[in-house]
Amino acid sequence: MSEAALEVSDLVTSFPGNAGRVRVVDGIGFRVGAGEVLALVGESGCGKTVTALSILRLVPRPGRVEGGRIRLGGRDVLSLGVAEMRRLRGREAAMIFQEPTTSLNPVQTAGSQVVEAIRLHERTSRADARRRTLSLFERVGIADPAECFASHPHELSGGQKQRVMIAMAVALRPRLLIADEPTTALDVTIQAQILELLRELQRELGTAILLITHDLGVVNELADRIAVMYAGRIAEQGGRREVLGDPRHPYTEGLLRAVPSRGRPGEPLAEIPGALPAPDAWPPGCRFWPRCPRVRERCAAEAPGPTDVSPGHRVWCHAVQEDLA
Amino acid sequence: MLSYLLRRLVYGFATVLGVLLLLYVLFFLYAEPGDIARRALGEKAAPEAIAQWIRNHGYDRPAPRLLLDHYRRMLTFDFGRSDADDSPIALRLRRGLGPTLALTLPVFALGLLAATTLALFVAYFRDTYIDRAGVALCVLGMSVSILLYIIGGQFLIGKVLRWFPISGFDPSPAVVLRFLALPVLVGVAAGVGSDARFYRTVFVEESNRDYVRTARAKGCGDARIMVRHVLRNALIPLLTRAVMAIPLLFTGFILLESFFGIPGIGSLTVDAIQGNDFATLRAVVFLGSLLFVLAQILTDVAYTLVDPRVRLS
Amino acid sequence: MEAQVWVNGIVAGLLLGLALAAFRLRSNRLWRDAGRELWRRRRLALLVVTAFVAVALCDSIAWVGGGDSGGDDTLARHRPRSLLDRVFPAEFRERSYSAPLAGVEFYGGAPLDHPGMHLLGTDILGRDVLHLTLRGARVALLIGGLTSLIAIPLALLVGVSAGYFGGRLDDAVFFLMSVLASIPSLLLLITLVMVLGRGPVQVCIALGVTSWVAFARVLRGETLKLREQDYVQAARTLGVSELGIVWRHILPNLTHLVVIHFVLLFSGLVLAEAVLAWLGLGIDGSWGQMIDQARDELAREPVVWWNLAAASAALFSLILAFNLVGDAVRDILDPRTAAERS
Repeated sequence: MSEAALEVSDLVTSFPGNAGRVRVVDGIGFRVGAGEVLALVGESGCGKTVTALSILRLVPRPGRVEGGRIRLGGRDVLSLGVAEMRRLRGREAAMIFQEPTTSLNPVQTAGSQVVEAIRLHERTSRADARRRTLSLFERVGIADPAECFASHPHELSGGQKQRVMIAMAVALRPRLLIADEPTTALDVTIQAQILELLRELQRELGTAILLITHDLGVVNELADRIAVMYAGRIAEQGGRREVLGDPRHPYTEGLLRAVPSRGRPGEPLAEIPGALPAPDAWPPGCRFWPRCPRVRERCAAEAPGPTDVSPGHRVWCHAVQEDLA
Repeated sequence: MLSYLLRRLVYGFATVLGVLLLLYVLFFLYAEPGDIARRALGEKAAPEAIAQWIRNHGYDRPAPRLLLDHYRRMLTFDFGRSDADDSPIALRLRRGLGPTLALTLPVFALGLLAATTLALFVAYFRDTYIDRAGVALCVLGMSVSILLYIIGGQFLIGKVLRWFPISGFDPSPAVVLRFLALPVLVGVAAGVGSDARFYRTVFVEESNRDYVRTARAKGCGDARIMVRHVLRNALIPLLTRAVMAIPLLFTGFILLESFFGIPGIGSLTVDAIQGNDFATLRAVVFLGSLLFVLAQILTDVAYTLVDPRVRLS
Repeated sequence: MEAQVWVNGIVAGLLLGLALAAFRLRSNRLWRDAGRELWRRRRLALLVVTAFVAVALCDSIAWVGGGDSGGDDTLARHRPRSLLDRVFPAEFRERSYSAPLAGVEFYGGAPLDHPGMHLLGTDILGRDVLHLTLRGARVALLIGGLTSLIAIPLALLVGVSAGYFGGRLDDAVFFLMSVLASIPSLLLLITLVMVLGRGPVQVCIALGVTSWVAFARVLRGETLKLREQDYVQAARTLGVSELGIVWRHILPNLTHLVVIHFVLLFSGLVLAEAVLAWLGLGIDGSWGQMIDQARDELAREPVVWWNLAAASAALFSLILAFNLVGDAVRDILDPRTAAERS
């Protein structure tokens, strides 16, 4: 088995709260195989973006990665020095962000930003980097590469900007691409195009993708495997077919039931009662217990450990554990 | 772009006309020409002498003609003679321009350099002890009145350490620097606190933006980010602030010149205050406003060059 | 003497007004929380400011009788003595300089009338420096308070109406503000004081005229934004008059800006007056004037330093305290940073 692109275990990232530090990411672990797409799914506020930032050690101060292990292509990311980290970012692993409008430098041309990305890691001439950038722009589907190269971000559409970001990210053929809600800020038609583009690139370059999203439709399009996150912890993990077809965790079940297309016309939309609480108000034990239809006494007292429902399909839930006992 | 420039120039000119109107109202409608004459000639002057003086200095015509005359003369830089000692104002202004520029330009340039460097340094280390100490120093620095900087500077460096002469001015190139050193130092020190603090805020704000995160994600080092990304984007508020600082330069040079004995326009203004010389004061205020309006127009044009988003149609 | 009573009345009235406003705001949770946060962050600075205000108040309450105030001529001698004045003994003057806590005159060594009682020495006219310094607090408060009383309502009136009603009114106002703003403020200040006269009220008016424009601009911008808010549209459809909207919806949302601006403006005004005093155009009794009178003293041999030190220290501590409080107030009341905190 080829080496995993990314292996995360017991990752803990905290932020200062009103009463001491709050663990926004509380001991999660997952694995993205080489060339595989793992979707990290969850509501806004569950910690998925912080997870993504933690992998590249981009968590903004005063947040901090407090513990755990992150192995990127076999290297322990958390033990690297500043210079090594700089070399790793953009080359071994790259990231694209949700808001292409604010994520690009407004006073530099699109082309020069990609050129910078290339020349930060490879000793090539400006002309050579420019050529590579132009061909990248063509590959990601930008209609007029030369025009786009010389344009400033505010002159480009949302879709074009995101394509530029993607071009910048894959320019050096990274082992892992972290995509944080890459389509959320785009129009629906553009969304489909971008997803298609990501899929093509993934197959062509063999890049593994960690896809952060709250949109189950996107997950269905792109993901090989899924990890469902709730309140800083992973609730369920497994292959796409298993998790979407045979969800076991009550939260996953609730999420899938809430998708409008699954209901019948005329029926009230199913919803999960309550709302995701703020990080410093997370309940003890299993964090989902106040909203869970299958809650039992244990749930409020202790956090559930992993239960393997089938090979590769793992759930963290007391009720599921009891089912299989 | 050209039409924008034209529009700005026209508006600037209208503003200058407005300033002249304000000056007219203040000096000719509110102030009593008799009082001014008496102050110039002395309380015991004969009524005929006063009337003659009023006629000579143009305070006697009816209001509308006075206004037109006022406009005509100001706009042609025909400032006439001083109310206090009858010397030609334009000549004295011209003579004072050299020393004033010799003082003001270094203060502006060095001040900008010092504040920017300090701010970049502190912003690089943001949220650390260096940052907090830097900001505290800035707040302390800006709470001290410029007067105390002047007195302190004079006392410390001029009298105690005796590095530079306390006051005086000699334009010959060999020694001019020695006389300028202290006032320039004091001028820069007085302003660097509040400027550096403001710049730091701008730098820190820019550092927290998304595109900086992207730059870091693609492997940019912190130093490179500071200089190539943050500084470039921060130029816009920096520019605004630099221009807004021009009036403070006026304050600076009025005080610095008078205290350090530099015979520039500032000293002229102080003399005008002490001698109740309204005519000179009028001329200086007019010139000051003109300069300021020009500076603002220049800044607007500079914006379009610096910020690609502002390239107006 | 009349003017003095008048001016004291303004100071006292200002403080009472502020106290009343603070009392009414106590019931509002947002303001109460803000107040508590401010106290938590800047206890020392707030205490310093309170001390200054207290001293200024003491100097504002005056009544005739009980000895004279030691002025230079018969008129000044019968000036009503304030509460502050009465802390010091009557006839507290010496003939000339004396060092702090000294028993003899500085030049010459002749024995003093009140040896060892002048904590900060005496100045060239023999007046007790501590007394003079404390009296300066009232003047500083007057500068900041009276000027703000002029500048802030003016800025509100002009800025809000320009921003709200727009159109030609806005154009006219904008032009007026451009004209005023194009004159470098010190030059405008000098011009106004020379033309209007050198009394304390005139100086405050001059200061007010030069400082309202910046705030008016901010208010205008903010009003423009507020005007487009949904709740304003809603109020309009419910039939609330334009004036009613301004009073009930726009103005209350500007209060935090008023508070921030008032505190930050205060120190700038006091510093500006100091510069005016240096040029001979200041208000009698201010610290700036003390500094101006003391500027040659450092050149003397031996050096006379206590006059300058006292005025500088007082000026510096008040400005610093206001700057610190102002920063904290801005951080607390700025909606952006306030949201980050919650």
